[in-house]
Amino acid sequence: MPQRPAYLAAYAGLWALLLASATIAVTFGPAEISPTEVWGTILHHLGMAGDSPLSHLRDAIVWQLRLPRVLAALGIGAGLALAGTVMQVLTRNPLADPYLLGLSSGAALGAVIFLLTGAALLMPVGAFLGSLAALGLALLIARLLGGATPSRAILAGICIAALASAATSLLIFWSATGDSYREILSWLLGSLSGTTWGDAVLVMLALALCTPIILLSGRGLDAFAFGDDAAASLGIDITRLRWTLLAATALLTGVMVAIGGAIGFVGLVVPHAVRLAVGSRHRVLLPMSMLVGAIFMLWTDTAARTLFDPRELPVGIVTALIGAPAFLLILLRYRRVT
Amino acid sequence: MSGLVVGNATVKAGDRTILNRVSLTAPKGGVTGLIGPNGAGKSTLIAAMLGLRRLSSGTIAFNGTNLPGMVPGERAKLCAYVEQSATTAERLTVRDVVALGRVPFQTAWQTMPSGHDALLVQAALEAIGLSAFATRLYHTLSGGEQQRVQIARALTQEPQLLLLDEPTSHLDIQAQLLVLDLLRRRAEAGCTIVLAMHDLNLAARFCDHLVVMQAGAVVAQGSPDAILQPDLLRQVYGVAATIVRLPGSAHPIVVYDRAETDAAAAKLD
Repeated sequence: MPQRPAYLAAYAGLWALLLASATIAVTFGPAEISPTEVWGTILHHLGMAGDSPLSHLRDAIVWQLRLPRVLAALGIGAGLALAGTVMQVLTRNPLADPYLLGLSSGAALGAVIFLLTGAALLMPVGAFLGSLAALGLALLIARLLGGATPSRAILAGICIAALASAATSLLIFWSATGDSYREILSWLLGSLSGTTWGDAVLVMLALALCTPIILLSGRGLDAFAFGDDAAASLGIDITRLRWTLLAATALLTGVMVAIGGAIGFVGLVVPHAVRLAVGSRHRVLLPMSMLVGAIFMLWTDTAARTLFDPRELPVGIVTALIGAPAFLLILLRYRRVT
Repeated sequence: MSGLVVGNATVKAGDRTILNRVSLTAPKGGVTGLIGPNGAGKSTLIAAMLGLRRLSSGTIAFNGTNLPGMVPGERAKLCAYVEQSATTAERLTVRDVVALGRVPFQTAWQTMPSGHDALLVQAALEAIGLSAFATRLYHTLSGGEQQRVQIARALTQEPQLLLLDEPTSHLDIQAQLLVLDLLRRRAEAGCTIVLAMHDLNLAARFCDHLVVMQAGAVVAQGSPDAILQPDLLRQVYGVAATIVRLPGSAHPIVVYDRAETDAAAAKLD
């Protein structure tokens, strides 16, 4: 695996790419806006420059519509990639993603219940509560089976996910009508349309809270490579680490799902792609996954809102449409060393 | 008493008693071999020493310190462990895996192994004869190579107590001798070594002290000369064996005659 200077160059490159991507993504879409105008607007709103270079309307497009959405996309991409990486290590399962323990199905059920009971505005709250309830149930069942080991937790999670999905389908089938049906479907597929500053701030707060906890556990996650006993013999308090990380990823995923819906693929594929490139040392893998996840999510969301303009696609469709072939290419590229 | 002292250790799983009042001593700076048939409790005993299996009663102390009761992070600085086989789905190079031995000594804020860590890793790779493999991916290695990498990882941990569960089970003859010689030298440098083994001739040659286990209990312990007796081997393993000595060799050699089971007896009739 590459050594230190190579990593520093990769970090610098990814950060530069992230900033450039964010700037360009804001210019994408109807209304001609240049990168300089984007930054002029941002500096104006941050109180670091005089008047906005844009008219009121176009200023609002940048500041009220696109910027929060870009920030939310970056945050959700980073968060899902981070959560996915952690779940893959904790469960020692390469098929793990952030939603493994029933989080997304629980979130969907919660969101649909809130929507159908007329509390559409509180859908994110419902999703968040639903995801945590599903996770809690899955872990409780795992404990009842004799201890929350990875395999028991996964099996319990599958049961909870199946039950929650069935309940969601039943509810939709029974009582959803035209509008609410469309809204539910777009949420189930994952969508960032209509993202507000409030959403973006919530995403960033969740990241700011959970990221340090996870990044500082890199040493412990490394030790998990050979399973619980090996980690324990390397001095890791595995029970504490597992519950801390599970709580952090659940909170992170719960918030991401509540804001963006059940966006698939990012949390599964980005960690694998980055792992192929830089290896499994988590002190490198975790931050790299976050950066790549953020950039990937930003561009898929930008494609989702501009490709078929004025019609918008749920971003979950695009993450899979772009992500699956991209991942196949990466697998081909590395097939000799896997 | 310096070294590892186990006193009346009992481990239960539900109603089943897996270790029954096990008492043994592994002297400091010696190599102690745990021998006995499959299911005798050797691996469980090692797991209990590491605090991985809870004792329902009894004590395990190293140089007077209660080993299972230690904070995991402190115990890992004292004591290293090599599992019988260790596989991973992660993409780690041989060097990455050996460097895991420094995890107990690193802080959460540290992003790369220190220069001192890197030297220890390199030294362990050389000692175990795997320097040329440093950048190979661990999961592409053979079982025997993986086992040697794990032993190098444990050496990198610079333990005072080294516990190994059948460390030579996947190794070819040359690697078995190389690894056991290496462990011997570590013991002479002051490290207390406890290893579970099946090969009694290797045990006779490399261990100072043998502990015989059967059905979760210790049935005998002492020097290889005292332990490797036909009667005991018949009682514990159910095999008929002759003990021979080569002129000029200090170690007894076990020559197996036949298995003394009903099935084997029936076949012979």
